[in-house]
Amino acid sequence: MENFDMSLVDWSRAQFALTAIYHWIFVPLTLGLSFIIAFMHTKYYKTKADKWKNTTKFWMKIFGINFAIGVATGIILEFEFGTNWSNYSWIVGDIFGAPLAIEGILAFFLESTFIAVMFFGWDRVSKKFHMLSSWFVAIGSNLSALWILVANAWMQNPVGMQFNPDTARNEMVDFWEILLSPTAIYKFLHTITNGYVVASLFVIGISAWFILKGRHLEFAKRSMQIAAIFGLVASLVLVYTGDGSAYCTAKDQPMKLAAMEGLYEGGNEQGLVTVALPTPCKKYGDDKNDYLFAVKIPYLLSYLATRNFDGYVPGVNNIIDGDKKHGIVSVEERMENGKIAINALKEYKTSEDKIVKDKALETFRENYKHFGYGFLPDKEAAIPNVPLTFYSFHIMVGLGFYFIMLFAVILFFSIKQTIDKKKIWLKIALWSIPLGFIASELGWVVAEVGRQPWTIQDILPTMASTSHLSVSSVQTTFWLFTVLFTVLLIAEIKIMIHQIKLGPKEERS
Amino acid sequence: MFENLSYLALQQYWWIIVSLLASLLVFLMFVQGGQTLFGQLSKTEKEKSLLINSIGRRWDVTFTTLVTFGGAFFASFPLFYSTSFGGAYWVWMIILFSFIIQAVSYEYRSKANNFLGQKTYDTFLFINGIMATILIGIAVGTFFTGSEFSVDKLNITNPADPVISRWETATHGLEAILNITNLSLGLAIFFLSRVLAGLYFINNIDNDTIVKKTAKQVKLCAIPFLVFFLLFVGSILTKEGFAVNPDTKEVFMEKFKYLHNLIEMPIVLIMFLTGVVGVFYGIFIGAFKTSTKGFWYSGAGTVLTVLAAFMLAGFNNTAFYPSTYDLQSSLTIQNASSSQYTLTAMSYVSLLVPFVIAYIWYAWKSLNKKKVSDDDIREDDMAY
Ligand code: HDD
Ligand code: HEM
Ligand code: HEM
Repeated sequence: MENFDMSLVDWSRAQFALTAIYHWIFVPLTLGLSFIIAFMHTKYYKTKADKWKNTTKFWMKIFGINFAIGVATGIILEFEFGTNWSNYSWIVGDIFGAPLAIEGILAFFLESTFIAVMFFGWDRVSKKFHMLSSWFVAIGSNLSALWILVANAWMQNPVGMQFNPDTARNEMVDFWEILLSPTAIYKFLHTITNGYVVASLFVIGISAWFILKGRHLEFAKRSMQIAAIFGLVASLVLVYTGDGSAYCTAKDQPMKLAAMEGLYEGGNEQGLVTVALPTPCKKYGDDKNDYLFAVKIPYLLSYLATRNFDGYVPGVNNIIDGDKKHGIVSVEERMENGKIAINALKEYKTSEDKIVKDKALETFRENYKHFGYGFLPDKEAAIPNVPLTFYSFHIMVGLGFYFIMLFAVILFFSIKQTIDKKKIWLKIALWSIPLGFIASELGWVVAEVGRQPWTIQDILPTMASTSHLSVSSVQTTFWLFTVLFTVLLIAEIKIMIHQIKLGPKEERS
Repeated sequence: MFENLSYLALQQYWWIIVSLLASLLVFLMFVQGGQTLFGQLSKTEKEKSLLINSIGRRWDVTFTTLVTFGGAFFASFPLFYSTSFGGAYWVWMIILFSFIIQAVSYEYRSKANNFLGQKTYDTFLFINGIMATILIGIAVGTFFTGSEFSVDKLNITNPADPVISRWETATHGLEAILNITNLSLGLAIFFLSRVLAGLYFINNIDNDTIVKKTAKQVKLCAIPFLVFFLLFVGSILTKEGFAVNPDTKEVFMEKFKYLHNLIEMPIVLIMFLTGVVGVFYGIFIGAFKTSTKGFWYSGAGTVLTVLAAFMLAGFNNTAFYPSTYDLQSSLTIQNASSSQYTLTAMSYVSLLVPFVIAYIWYAWKSLNKKKVSDDDIREDDMAY
């Protein structure tokens, strides 16, 4: 292991995280706003009222500003799999490439073609075709989410594949298993509803601002009500699918779950942590308490993770040390088995003797489920960043419940037609816009940081996924991205604020 | 139905699809060509805005084609994806950066309070126009001239250094620029994209002064295009090529390999010649008769020509991504492809491609019922 260059891995990770986080600032808004626009456009189509046309157009402009930068940040992510994770691209490209290709063919073309119609079609195409275009844009963007999330879910829970020693890579054996894996389905539903929530908070917040300023009242109330209904429904589904995601995590990525809960010593009948302060600097194997203080709901973690109130939930220590009674193999043993698998593969590939080859292949297959562990330098390397995962998770969940409450309140006052008098709630709504984005980014931090050190769970660690590059090359591109994306983000925000201040057409004089 | 195809047939089918996407991309890069002409073809801001709006409604399709080309190449030939992108890092990164700055520029250039100012965004478009065309051309050139890399799948069994594909020059792809053959392809594509953009303006814009100016510009760009194109074609048809022994899979150098390919695959020869004639016929009627059809002839010609070039590189026992560092590391459509299962599954998805092309066509036509004019832009509050 001596000469393995960790800084290349770290810089590659930093670059990927940076670009993904930037992309993710814009995507949720696209996912949700596209539907909100489609609803409004349909209203216009049905009522033929100019007020709906102006409402639709206003949000469309905002959408366009956001979309452009979403596309700009997206292209780099796709190619980064090749440029920065080239080993990964070969070893799993047979499976992982397919969703990306399907995404392009099925989703991106739909989106980009009909966006042009949506923007420029006002007096050029029939009203019906124009309205349908808005729907196609919404469907297209959500379809693109489907495929990329199927790809990501597969990394968390690699199913439907087999390793082929001759080509030295994993190959797809069951397309449907990959597409329909529960991890993928929950992930998709959780993430698109997250987009709807972010967009609803955004529309409500901006509308609240108009009401507070006493401008465009009718427009703002109209927008607000649509968004509140959409947001309330979406946030309920969001929590439901979040629970489903956590259940999948418990099954396939127990280490991530332990990190999410800050749980070192697991066991049966575990309580769910609601508010807690994990002990700072707590490490694997030390005898510090897990938390300085914690409010737990008894049995709930066991129930959520296993659907059984006395179910067993392993903590970090249990996973590292192993627990024969619950069928957990210790990480050290898995590292041994992983090395056996790696060496068997080498023997298989270099030997000319058929008997030796067959034997090696058999050993390899027996130990393949530990393959990735053979690359780990020590057992501690199997532990992700626990505090980061813990805090991200708990803030996300807390905000999830807060959003439900907020949507319900706004909807209530909207229906009662008294929302314009509720100054406090309007202010809260305005200041909740960033909270949506924060919860959303934190969700990804949970998913991605929590699965470290794996790019493909148990099979391929990050340190075996990189390209053969010099650290300075990746550092250079990292800083170039930082500067460029930050500049573009500032431009986007400035343009957007200006457009919002202009307001919709109806009352502009 | 695809289950009955042999593995090789699937690999060939996917090579055709990837090639088709690449040739559509080269055609659609008229958008990039146009971005280098905005300044030259306009005197007033009004004229410039006409040009930008005419092309601006199309940029997304080019961009998406690039993305889809990447995705399809990844899915069907993952070893190419990991070797070329991870190896020729800097070439691809520069190409990508140029597309990042393009993607925001149309939308942001004319918006109030846009932070960088209109000039900067227009410069972004200009940079993308030059970089993308020339560098993509250079990258494709290496399909014929080779690069210095090695591939060894045994590396995965070495935890200290498990990377399978390695680039063997420290410049990570930039060295390809110094090769005359690559460079002439890059410049040929650059001038071709300007020619196509000119023909597109003639097809699309309702303004006599601009159309006249454009016709002249098309003639001017057609000359260097012809020169660099001939230089490239001449050089690959006379050079040694990277051949594969179909039985042993061994890669070896063969004199006049690409010329042989052209002769041994008459369909490709026909495609190539038809394509070239199409391009020049389009230029002729566009530039000399300001016919709106010129764009379509040259466009279709471009697609055919590029398609033929990709067939030359990949078919008839040829290594499509050759390594000059270690011949046996060269990538062929057989050793770089996905598994038979994946190719089969993907092939079903590919059946949707005609449908996608059909709706793009329909949407494009319904937006283009009338040409772009000044009034048009003034009335449209979505204009760039
Ligand atoms: C508005 C944003 C938002 C909110 C309020 C929530 N989530 Fe979430 N969550 C996401 C946005 C998000 C996300 C960004 O969409 C993630 C990142 C990766 C993914 O699949 O979805 C995510 C991931 C994610 C994961 C990790 C999945 C994995 O490891 O692959 C779990 C277990 C949960 N969520 C659970 C919840 C629960 C129980 C919530 C209860 C209220 C919740 N989330 C609210
Ligand atoms: C890390 C993996 C990701 C890659 C490789 C990727 C790739 C891309 C690319 C190439 C584009 C530009 C498409 C175009 O040409 O129109 C794009 C835009 C987009 N992506 Fe991503 N993306 C990633 C993550 C995600 C995720 C997780 C989602 C959704 C859940 C998503 C949803 C979208 C959407 C809706 C767009 C449209 C543009 C926009 O949102 O503003 N992407 N992405
Ligand atoms: C757009 C939303 C996403 C965000 C905000 C996000 C965030 C992150 C973060 C923070 C990391 C760094 C983790 C670490 O190194 O500790 C990371 C790594 C990574 N993510 Fe994501 N991610 C997103 C979507 C995706 C998707 C959709 C995929 C795949 C389809 C993906 C694939 C990867 C890979 C390959 C790495 C690098 C290897 C690694 O560090 O594990 N990400 N991402």
